[in-house]
Amino acid sequence: MSSHAHPKPAPLETRFWTPGVLVLFAVMLIGFCFIIARYIGGLGAVSNLDNQHPWGMWIGIDVATGVALAAGGFTTAAIAHVFGRHQFEAVTRPALLTATLGYTFVAIGLAIDVGRSWALPKPLLFWQGNSVLFEVAMCVVIYTHVLYIEFLPIVVERFRGRVNLPGPLSVLNGRMERLLALADRILGKTMWVFIIAGVVLSCMHQSGLGSLMLIAPTKLHPLWYTPILPLLFLTSAIAAGYPMVVFETTVATASLKRADEMEVLAPLTGVTKYLLGIYITLKIGDMIFRGTYVYLFDGSVESRSFIVEMLAMIVPWFMLMSQRLRTKRHTLFMACTTIVLGVALNRCNVFLIGFNPPYAVKSYFPSIGEIAITACLISSIMFLYRLAATYLPVLSGPSLASLEKELS
Amino acid sequence: MNMSRRHFLGVAGAAISAAATGHSRKAFAARKPKAPPNAYGCVVDLTACVGCRTCEQACNRVNDLPPPKERLDDQTVLDRKRRPDTSAFTVINRYYSGRLDEQNELVPTYVKIQCMHCQDPACASACITGALSKKDNGAVHYNKSRCVGCRYCLVACPFQIPAYEYFDPLTPRVRKCTFCFDRISEGGKPGCAGACPVEAITFGNRNMLLEVARRKITDNPGRYLRKIYGESEVGGTSWMYISRDPFEKLGFLSLPHYPMPHLPETIQHSIFAYMWAPMTLFAILAGVMWKINPGQIIPGPNAHAEEDQI
Repeated sequence: MSSHAHPKPAPLETRFWTPGVLVLFAVMLIGFCFIIARYIGGLGAVSNLDNQHPWGMWIGIDVATGVALAAGGFTTAAIAHVFGRHQFEAVTRPALLTATLGYTFVAIGLAIDVGRSWALPKPLLFWQGNSVLFEVAMCVVIYTHVLYIEFLPIVVERFRGRVNLPGPLSVLNGRMERLLALADRILGKTMWVFIIAGVVLSCMHQSGLGSLMLIAPTKLHPLWYTPILPLLFLTSAIAAGYPMVVFETTVATASLKRADEMEVLAPLTGVTKYLLGIYITLKIGDMIFRGTYVYLFDGSVESRSFIVEMLAMIVPWFMLMSQRLRTKRHTLFMACTTIVLGVALNRCNVFLIGFNPPYAVKSYFPSIGEIAITACLISSIMFLYRLAATYLPVLSGPSLASLEKELS
Repeated sequence: MNMSRRHFLGVAGAAISAAATGHSRKAFAARKPKAPPNAYGCVVDLTACVGCRTCEQACNRVNDLPPPKERLDDQTVLDRKRRPDTSAFTVINRYYSGRLDEQNELVPTYVKIQCMHCQDPACASACITGALSKKDNGAVHYNKSRCVGCRYCLVACPFQIPAYEYFDPLTPRVRKCTFCFDRISEGGKPGCAGACPVEAITFGNRNMLLEVARRKITDNPGRYLRKIYGESEVGGTSWMYISRDPFEKLGFLSLPHYPMPHLPETIQHSIFAYMWAPMTLFAILAGVMWKINPGQIIPGPNAHAEEDQI
């Protein structure tokens, strides 16, 4: 096992409030003002949603793209824990953290988007088995809990043997320790169930998200409306999993001044060329089979958006095929970022750009309020990621400073 | 926009999915039609409607909506191609199909728009909690106490009917024609059908209405097209129309003749019947994990080394 080459994950314990974090915090505050406005004036006060376009940016980006890009969590868990490629364990924790935060903010985004936020738990009471959305919702609820359970050992590891509650609470220190020891024992024995359940639940709702638009064959543009839409959503989420890990790990290590983990990231994307190849084959095959290539060059917004989306998959696929480009930090990052953006564009195409209500009098474009709230949710994820990486054992690469010391 | 081609592809897509695997074909056929057998319905005779908008007024009155924004004698509003919204469950629009009268003037056709009360409604299939449901009497009924406000019904509706109260911060409702559910449950007529001064709206048992409409069409071949809009569109609707002018010239959509929920429900129920697919995947993954990582599932002698890895 190669884990000796890699130090164990550890809290960074670096300064938290850097200028970048302050910017994130400012974006969060601005978005928060719009969230308050939404709960005073209603959805119409802050968004461009209307009866023609009931779903907007919050569904396209915060929910659909958010879920797709959180696929790094279950795909790394699968490769490292199920398929036994332990050399990738260094990235399972950051991927798990991203997935946990991602799903948490999918839930928060949904709560803002639905008209009756307080009624969000109602699907747990009123089951409607014919509804695709019901299936997606149930899987997301259960999977979010699974993610928290998978994350628990990281918290236990941080505090076990170090419980030091302040002031009068210190009488509980012993009890806390026993509780953590118990949690450690139970989690260690049962974790395999949650790891596999996480993969299964992910496959279920990633494809379920694709089934959502199958109810509207006359509204979704034929370039995207296909009976295999659930399969395309599943395969694209799986294909985007490792590129998303590369993207977020590269951004995080650069920002936190850690070693770039290329020795883990480059091999991780080795399998991506096959996964992405499957998706591209399905997508092009589906287009040829249904004859929708007739729309490819008709100059419409939809056709252009479709072409960009396909290029954002095909170009990085060729880049990943080249061993030379794949093992260089900058080209690997470029390829992976393009894939991430391509998947995001695909989700926006299916839910927003390809959605053509027959009696629409105007087209949809997100309002300032919608953009501000989405920006707020994304910065909150980044803010909490940094917070967790600073105080919990998530990242394992050595810091650049310690590497330099070693060299000199 | 190339709607007819798109429409064709939509249908073709559904047919392909049914043919793609034998399994899904069987399931597709196995999805029972959900249309209630003895639903009420309405037939709107577009050759009779004079565009007086009395139905709009009656609708707003019986549904406790504010009176129509535009005065009843305001004829210009008819050309605005209005859609039903949160304060009007039915509206009348005026269309010119291009047909001329004896004085060589364009003949207007007035089209009443409201929820079609589909026999197998997309909104009810989509609804996450069952707040929308098809009742035996034909009404597609909205129960606000179940509604979460996800607006998937607005996405799903092929007729683009439901409207949402976007400016209510906490308790917005989906608003649409109720088919006067309470009135028809007690043996009455919908508000609009009772108010129509020229009897353009016929209310009754849907099967009986289809008979009546067919007879009308065969008895007056010059007056009607040989088509009942809503007889089979999206699997049939409770509200139907007969007309002299082609429907596509009157703002009606060309829609598939199968119920919208067929494809998504078939896929969902094929995958999740007895949870066979998720459980199979779970079993396979557990098998792989057990084979590749001895000790991780059933702790062996080196279990501790493995546990530390997780």
